[in-house]
Amino acid sequence: MSNPLEPDVKTNPQGDPISTLEPEQKTNPQGDPITSAAPIKVGGGSKDPHEAAKKQRVVTPEYMFFEAPRKREFITGSEAAKEAVRRSNVDFSVAYPITPQSETMQLIGVLYGEGYVKEYYRGEEEYGVMSAIAGGSRAGVRCFTATAGPGTLRGLEPIASWPGHRLPAVAMFTCRVVNAPLAIQPDNIEVSYLLNCGMIVFHAENQQDLFDFIMKGFIIGEQNDVTLPVGVACDGFFVTHARNYVDMQEKGIKLPPRQAWKGAVPVLDAENPPARLSRDAPVQKSNFMAYNIHAVWQQEVWAAVERSRRYIDKYMGGMLTAENVEGAEAVIVASGSACAQSREAVRLCKEQGLNVGLIKIRSLRPFPTAELRKLLTKTKLVVIPEFNYVAWLAKDVAAAVYGYSNAKIIAGPHVYGGMSMPVEMIVDEVVGGLTGKKSIAVPDSAIMGRDVNQADVAHFMQNI
Amino acid sequence: MSLDYVKFSPGFDRFMPKEYRDMVNHGPFGKKTTVSQMGSFKEILEEHPMCAGCAMTLFIRLAMISFPNPEDTITVGTAGCGRLAISQAAIPFVYGNYGDQNAVASGLSRGLKLRFGDKPKDVVVMAGDGGMADIGFSMTLHSWFRKERFTTIMLDNEVYGNTGGQESGMTNKGQVLKMAPLGKKFEKMDMVGMAKLAGCAYVATVVPNNPRRVESVIKKAVLIAREVGPTYIQAYTSCNIEYSIPTDKVMEDANSVEGDRYKFEEYITDDAKNYLANRYGYKIYQEKPAAALPKA
Repeated sequence: MSNPLEPDVKTNPQGDPISTLEPEQKTNPQGDPITSAAPIKVGGGSKDPHEAAKKQRVVTPEYMFFEAPRKREFITGSEAAKEAVRRSNVDFSVAYPITPQSETMQLIGVLYGEGYVKEYYRGEEEYGVMSAIAGGSRAGVRCFTATAGPGTLRGLEPIASWPGHRLPAVAMFTCRVVNAPLAIQPDNIEVSYLLNCGMIVFHAENQQDLFDFIMKGFIIGEQNDVTLPVGVACDGFFVTHARNYVDMQEKGIKLPPRQAWKGAVPVLDAENPPARLSRDAPVQKSNFMAYNIHAVWQQEVWAAVERSRRYIDKYMGGMLTAENVEGAEAVIVASGSACAQSREAVRLCKEQGLNVGLIKIRSLRPFPTAELRKLLTKTKLVVIPEFNYVAWLAKDVAAAVYGYSNAKIIAGPHVYGGMSMPVEMIVDEVVGGLTGKKSIAVPDSAIMGRDVNQADVAHFMQNI
Repeated sequence: MSLDYVKFSPGFDRFMPKEYRDMVNHGPFGKKTTVSQMGSFKEILEEHPMCAGCAMTLFIRLAMISFPNPEDTITVGTAGCGRLAISQAAIPFVYGNYGDQNAVASGLSRGLKLRFGDKPKDVVVMAGDGGMADIGFSMTLHSWFRKERFTTIMLDNEVYGNTGGQESGMTNKGQVLKMAPLGKKFEKMDMVGMAKLAGCAYVATVVPNNPRRVESVIKKAVLIAREVGPTYIQAYTSCNIEYSIPTDKVMEDANSVEGDRYKFEEYITDDAKNYLANRYGYKIYQEKPAAALPKA
């Protein structure tokens, strides 16, 4: 009960009385005054909110990717993903928040409000989201979603069945910690799970890659002889929340729409023969399905992954890029954000008089096996820095070049759980690897190849 | 496959799959068929591997005859006995992951709406009690809360039949089953109540021993889901194997369960009534003309 003699004094969140003479100060939950928030427009007169989206015109993928003039902007990775989706003629998107993806999918919601994305809703959780994306893609429309870390794992059962159902959706994975103790920090261990689904997996180094890989992912995944989902991974926060320069085409153009009839498997719109889809196309027959039907179907999925190579070469300019590899004393092989650290390590090595090359892997599935064998034939030392504990990239590289290169391969340095990767750590491994000095950051068991004691590396080799 | 969108040039129709031609020439595609005509036309579901005396199979057959536009209907299901029959039908069936059916149907129905606008493309979920009330519970409820426009049909045999007879959320309290060695310790889940609470526009409980009633509720549910909102049908489809019901007593059992926990119940919102009355001419929902005023 308030005392009638003492009138209620209104206070701000800090407890200071608010004088009625001054206008009430709006504050955020932390108590900071809000000064710059723009008023939310309701209704907004007679202007059609979809006006700009309706005026977008369709251009060919070739024009979009190679000819259209681009303008440079300084934006976050989330904004780069939004701008990619704006130009990708996306029909359907389902969102569920998880750090560090949330901003991306709420920006896709903004695109829905503006009419650039035709259908959108906030799903119940990632299992439901990935299942709804499967439903949308089966209906024959172009689908996009994004998640991160625990969300990727929660949605992994439906995600892992997308390739078998031949659903060419694009999903973005803004990688973060998965394992306990739980954290939201960058760590790309979730990529190791995605590598074995039968989907195409790209790893974006920066905001520009994210922008390009998402758009190209739709075109590559929807090729008739591919018809597969595409995962575009990036390292959370480093890419999603940081700003960088991104060269982008004008907003007024978009990719051609998905042509559902073009897929390798008929979509479920009751328009396509065979009439008995689930019986005649041998998907998910379970008890009735001969083991060889599942076997040949999975073989075909992975064959489709292989066939995507030429489209990745065509639209992305190759599965990897090689910088200064010819004649280098050592080569750093990296993907994602580790490439940026590695590029700086190459520069520091040069200052020390060491000639070091860099291979940036853009496509993890399909994996550039032949390219690596060729590039690493004469290399003496390969260093593979990663933002995870399990060294999934080093295992793939080692398996690819085994028998084709005599290089000593150092699976490290590794950082995880949100640690940053000091460039000096990479330089130390290059110098130590070349001089034979023992590393304090990388155990013997993570080193293999020439001049290595087999007993020391047994642990790592068993994990390949 | 749709009859309206694809017209075959004369002579080319014979290159269509035989199942499709049979559905057009001797089956329900493009014409009205009713359960009372059973035996006189080629059914959408003819062959199946279900157990002898399976009430679920009878219900699925009846439900498929009742679809208002079978040639434009897509069914969605999940693991369980039902999908062993549904996947043999002559209409497309999505068999996705465990319990995902209502989420897949959400994406599918929205995607079809984007591509085909108001042309009816009916999405019908048919899944078991375990798939719907247990593993897929959250996706089922959320699809109703979101007012997704498709029909959900629960094939409730009160047990995990396909995995060999384990307790489900829809099992009755006290029932001894595998994984319930001392009897189930909580009541049968009230999914009908939850369907109403979550905003379904039409909810009905039904047993398969009354074919005309099955036909009536399925037709209403599919039509209402086109434009008004989500619809839910909960059907008692006994498992004569796990509950040891002699095959010749399956209909008797259904009859007695109908008198017990599966009394016919139909819930329909006013919006749905008006829609059926105005759009499809359902006389029972049409407003009765006001009685003439008595002469003064």
